[in-house]
Amino acid sequence: MSYVHPRPEFERELPPLPAPSVEAPLHAARRLWQRDGVRQVVVLVLIAAAWELAARWAGNDLLLPGFLQAAQAWWSDLRNGELLARTGVSLSLLLQGYALGTALALTLSALAVATRPGRDVLVTLTSLFNPLPAIALLPLALLWFGLGQGSLVFVLVHAVLWPLALSTLSGFQGVPETLRMAGRNYGLRGLRYVLLILVPAALPAILSGLRIGWAFAWRTLIAAELFFGASSGRGGLGWYIFQSRNELLTDRVFAGLATVVLIGWLVERCVFDTVERLTVRRWGMQR
Amino acid sequence: MAATGAQEQQALAAAARPLLQVRDLTLEYRSESRIVRATHEVSFDVLSGDRFVLLGASGCGKSSLLKSVAGFLPPRSGEVLLDGRPVTEPGPDRVVVFQEFDQLPPWKRVLDNVAFGLIASRQCGSDEARERAAQALATVGLAQAADAYPHQLSGGMKQRVAIARALVMRPRVLLMDEPFAALDALTRRSLQEELLRLWQELRFTLLFVTHSIEEALLVGNRILLLSPHPGRVRAELDAQAFGFGSAGSAAFQAQQQRIHRLLFEL
Repeated sequence: MSYVHPRPEFERELPPLPAPSVEAPLHAARRLWQRDGVRQVVVLVLIAAAWELAARWAGNDLLLPGFLQAAQAWWSDLRNGELLARTGVSLSLLLQGYALGTALALTLSALAVATRPGRDVLVTLTSLFNPLPAIALLPLALLWFGLGQGSLVFVLVHAVLWPLALSTLSGFQGVPETLRMAGRNYGLRGLRYVLLILVPAALPAILSGLRIGWAFAWRTLIAAELFFGASSGRGGLGWYIFQSRNELLTDRVFAGLATVVLIGWLVERCVFDTVERLTVRRWGMQR
Repeated sequence: MAATGAQEQQALAAAARPLLQVRDLTLEYRSESRIVRATHEVSFDVLSGDRFVLLGASGCGKSSLLKSVAGFLPPRSGEVLLDGRPVTEPGPDRVVVFQEFDQLPPWKRVLDNVAFGLIASRQCGSDEARERAAQALATVGLAQAADAYPHQLSGGMKQRVAIARALVMRPRVLLMDEPFAALDALTRRSLQEELLRLWQELRFTLLFVTHSIEEALLVGNRILLLSPHPGRVRAELDAQAFGFGSAGSAAFQAQQQRIHRLLFEL
C-alpha cells in the first residue's frame, strides 16, 4: 500500500529583493597576473636571462653575443637611424605588395562567388600556387623584372594573393543561406550585394586570411632581401642582417632579427587584434 | 465617356482582385541525382488584410510555396501574381521573416538592422530610415535595445527585431516562415499575441507558414491545408472565429480535431 503525505498547495507574494551585495574587488597583484600580456613578458625576461647566461658561459662574441650586447647594438642602430631607414625600405615594399595582393584576392574571390567559371579558375589557381612558397618564384621574377623592386613586389603579391583568396572564398561560401536571402529580399544585387552582405558576413574569414597573408608576405620579404637587397644601394632589414653577418658583426645580426620579430609582433598585436576587437568580436561573430 | 467607363471597370476589377494569387503552382527541387517535386498544382488566393496560413506536416512544400511567393524559387509551372503582376524575383514588397536567428546581419546594431532594408532598397535616406526604424522598434516594444548588437539579444527579441525590420518596409504581403518555431513555448505564445496586436493596429496582409495546428487557428483567419509529398491542397478552412479568447473551447478543439483528421487520415 502506498502512503503519501498530503502536500498543501500554496502561493506567495514576492517581496522586492534586497540590494545586491558588492563583490570584494580582486587583489591588485592578482588582477595583474590575470593578464596574458604580463605573463608573456615574464616568460620573455626569463628567456633573455637564459640567453645572457649561455652567452657568458660560451664566451664567444662572434658566435653568440649576449642579450645585453645585442640590445646595445639594436639601441645604437636605432638611435643613429640605420634600423629605422632599413625598416622603412622593407615596410614600404611590403605595403605595395600587400595592397596589390589584397585587391587582386578580393576581386578574384568576388568573381569566384558570383560566377561558376570564376570559381573554377580560382580554385585551380589556388591549388596550383598555394603549395608553392612565393620565394621560389624569386629567380624567375629576377629574370622577368630585373634586380629591383618589381621582382620583390611580384613575389609579395604571390605570398598574399593565394592564401587570402582561399580564405575569402571559403568565407563567402560560409555565409548562411538565410542571411543571403534576407539581403536579396531587400533587392540587393551584384556589387552592392557583395559589399553590403557577403563581405561583412565573411569578415572573420577575410581577416584571418589577411593575417596569414601578412605573415607570409613578411617572411617572404625578409627572405628575398637576404637574396639580394642592394638595389640602388638601399637595402631593407633582410639586407641589413646579411650585410652584418658578412662584416662579422653578430650582435647586429641579432639586432636585425629582433627588429623583424618585433615588427611582425607589433602588426599582429596592434593592427590585426585591434581590427578584430572593433569588428568581428564586437559583433559576436568570433570569440 | 467610354474611356472613363473602362478606367472605372479596371479600378473595380483591381478592387475585387485578390492581392496575391497563386495559380496551379508546381515547384521542384533539383538535387544532384534526382528532381524532387515539392508542390503539385497548388492554387489559393490571399485577400488584402488576410492572415493566411499554410499548414501541413513537414515535407508538404509549405516553405517552398512561401519561398516561391518571395521570389527565391522559380515555378516549374503555374504562376504567382501579386496585384495581378507575376512575381519573378525577390523584392522589398514581399518581406520574409525567417525562422532562423541569423537573418539579422550581426554587424549592425538593432536600429541599423531595422533601417537597413529601407536604405538598401533605396526607399528613403538614412535619416528618415532611422526615424522610421525607431518607431517600428517602439511598436514591437524594443526601443531600449536599439543600440545592442543582435548577438546580445534573446531568441524572442531577435524575432521581434525581424518582425520590426519587415513591418518597417510596409510590404504588400508580409511572409513568415515558421517564425516562432525555434522559440520556447512561453515566448512563442507571447509573440503570437504580439503579432495579432500588431495586425489589429496595422492591418497588414500576412502569409504565415506553420506546422502547428494550434498556431494556425490562433494566428490565421484562413487556413490552407496541404498534404505531403508533394504538397497538394487538401482543404481551405475559415479560422476567423478563433483567437486567444477561444483557445481551449469546445469549438476550437473540434476544429483542431477536424484539421488533424484532414491532415493525417488520407
